[in-house]
Amino acid sequence: MLPQWHVIRGKRSVNRIERVFTGRRKAFIPFITAGDPSLDVTEKLVLTLAAAGADLIELGIPFSDPVAEGPVIQAADERSLAAGTNLDSVFNLVERIRGDCQTALALMTYANPVFRYGIDRFAKRCGDCGIDAVIIPDVPFEESEEFRPAFSQNKVHLISMIAPTSAGRIRKIAEKASGFIYCVSSLGVTGVRSQLDDQISDLIVQLKKVRDIPCAVGFGISTPRQVSQMAAIADGVIVGSALVKIIAEYGDQCVEPVRQLADDMIQALDA
Amino acid sequence: MNNGRFGIHGGQYVPETLMPAILELESSYNKACRDDSFTQALDRLLADYAGRPSRLTFAANMTADLGGAQIYLKREDLNHTGSHKINNVLGQVLLARYMGKTRVIAETGAGQHGVATATAAALLGLKCEIYMGVEDMNRQALNVYRMKLLGAEVHPVESGTATLKDAVNETMREWTRQVQDTHYVLGSVMGPHPFPTIVRDFQSVIGKEVKAQLQEKTGRLPDVLLACVGGGSNAIGLFHAFTEDSQVRLIGCEAAGRGIETADSAATMTLGNPGIFHGMKSYFCQDDQGQIAPVYSISAGLDYPGVGPEHAYLKDIGRAEYVPVKDDEAVRAFEYLSRTEGIIPAIESAHAVAYACQLAPRMKPDQIMVINLSGRGDKDVAAMARYKGEKISE
Repeated sequence: MLPQWHVIRGKRSVNRIERVFTGRRKAFIPFITAGDPSLDVTEKLVLTLAAAGADLIELGIPFSDPVAEGPVIQAADERSLAAGTNLDSVFNLVERIRGDCQTALALMTYANPVFRYGIDRFAKRCGDCGIDAVIIPDVPFEESEEFRPAFSQNKVHLISMIAPTSAGRIRKIAEKASGFIYCVSSLGVTGVRSQLDDQISDLIVQLKKVRDIPCAVGFGISTPRQVSQMAAIADGVIVGSALVKIIAEYGDQCVEPVRQLADDMIQALDA
Repeated sequence: MNNGRFGIHGGQYVPETLMPAILELESSYNKACRDDSFTQALDRLLADYAGRPSRLTFAANMTADLGGAQIYLKREDLNHTGSHKINNVLGQVLLARYMGKTRVIAETGAGQHGVATATAAALLGLKCEIYMGVEDMNRQALNVYRMKLLGAEVHPVESGTATLKDAVNETMREWTRQVQDTHYVLGSVMGPHPFPTIVRDFQSVIGKEVKAQLQEKTGRLPDVLLACVGGGSNAIGLFHAFTEDSQVRLIGCEAAGRGIETADSAATMTLGNPGIFHGMKSYFCQDDQGQIAPVYSISAGLDYPGVGPEHAYLKDIGRAEYVPVKDDEAVRAFEYLSRTEGIIPAIESAHAVAYACQLAPRMKPDQIMVINLSGRGDKDVAAMARYKGEKISE
C-alpha cells in the first residue's frame, strides 16, 4: 500500500523527502511564492534558505484565485503573475537550482494549473527537474485518485493534508499518504495568526496512532516562538506568510531580511 | 449521477478543512428530503411566502410582433425578492437551520442572491453575512442597501476583479474560517458536490410548474425553452423537468459582453475550456496556464468565468445548446420587453429575451417557446439609464 519506490529504486539519493525528517532537529520548511518579486530573486532566496539550513523549501505556483490563501500570499501571487511567471519558467528555475542545491523542493499549486498543463505532463516535468513533492490544497482525499498515479509514476510525492475538521477521516487519509502529512494548524486560510489552536496536538496524536509518518504543521506560524511551540508536537514546521510579508516589504532587497528571520526560526528549532 | 459527477464534470475539489462540511451537507440534505417536516415546511414557504407557483404568461404582443412561435414567459420576476433566487435560498436556509447552523454566508453578483439570502435569514432567524465585489456594489447600490435593511452584514470584496468570482473566493475563505456554525448558501448550480444537485433540486420547481401550466393551457410540451446562464441555476431549474423529453430544445443564453471576439466577454461555453475551479470540474474562461480569466458582462449576475457542471455535461452530450448574447442585444431586449409587454426584465433575463427575438420569427406559429424571466429589472433601471447616457438621481 505504501509507495516504496524510493527504497526499491534507491538511486534517487534515498529520496530527499526522507532526509527532511531524519535530521538532528525538527524540520524547517519555508514557503515562498515563485516569481515574487522575480524568478531571479526566488533563485537567490532558495539557495540562501537552503544554505541557512532549510530542510524542505515550498515554492508556490502563483494562481489567479488562490482560495486557500490569506491576503499576504494572494498579493504575492498577484505580484508574481504580473511579473510574467508561468509554469515552464518555474520548472526552468527548479532545473537551474538543482545544478547546485540538493535541498528537498516541493511545489504548492492549485488543481487548475496542473489540470490545464496536463496531469501526466506536469508530474513528469516535476520528476525530471527534481521536484520531490507536490501539494494541491484543492484536491482532497476524495479527488486524489485522479492525480496520484501520475505523481507516483514520476516518483514525486503527492502530499496529503489533514485539518482540525478531519476527525474520522485521518485513518483513510494517512493510509494513502506519501512522503509526509501536511497538518493545517487551524481553521481558515494561510496567514499570520497571533494565537494557534491547541487542537492541533490532538490531531497529531491521533495521526501518529494510525500511522508513523512524518507530519509538518503549517498555516499561521509566523514567529520563532510559534515555531518552537509547533516543533514540540510535530516533525516539521512550515512558515509562509511571515516570510512572504518580508518579500513584499523589501522587494529585490528581501534576501538578507528573509535569511535573518529564517535564521531566528532555525535557532528556535535548535534550542 | 453518482458522487456528484455529471459526465466528467462536477466533483468535490475543496480544501480538506471544508471536506467534512460538504459531506455533512450531503447527508443532511438526503435526510431532509425524506423528512416530511422539512419538505412540508419548504412547500409552505414557497407557497405562502415566496408566492409560488409563479405565473406562466402568454406574451401576446411579443408573439404578434415577432410573427413566429407562441411565446410564454415564466414569471420568476413575480416571486418575493424579485427573482428565482428565493427558491434555492428558502431551501438552503431551512436546511442550514435543520443542520443546527446559526449563521449563513453567501456570495452575490447582481445582489439578487444576497437579497434573497438576507430575506430568508431574517425570516428563519439566522445571522447573515454577504460577500460582494466592490465593482458590483457600485453597479447594484440599491441591493446593497436592501441587504443591510434586511439585517445582513455586507462585506466588500476588493481582491482580483472585485466581481462575482472574487466574491465566491472570499465566501469560501470565510467558510474555512468558521465552518462549524456556518452554512455557505451557494447561489447557483456550481461549486463542489452536493451544491450543484441541491440547488438544481430546489430550482427544478420552475420547470415542473411550466410543464403542468403549459399542459393545462395548451395540452402539450413546449418546443423551445430559453434561459440565461451565468452559473446556470435558473436555466437548470427550467430545463430539469424536460431533460428526458428529447423533442424539447433547451437553449442557454450566456453573456457575450462586448462580443466573443473581444476580451470583454463572459461566454464560458463558447470561449472556455475544461478546468477545475471553485470546487468543480467544468468549463472555465482561462488562459493556457490555467489562470482564470477576468470576464466582463453588463449584467453583474452573468459576470462569472465558469458554469455549473450539469450544464457542461448537457453541452457535452448535445442535450442543450448555449448561445452568446451581447450587452447591446440584452439592453435592446430589456427595452423591448418593457415597451411590448409592460414587463421590465432583469438585465440577466434580458439575455434570454434577446435570443428569443432572433429565434421566434424563425419558428412556426404552432410552435411554443418558453422564456424564463428569472428576475425583474427594477434593480437595473438606474444602470440602464446610465448606459443610455441619461442622468437620473435615485
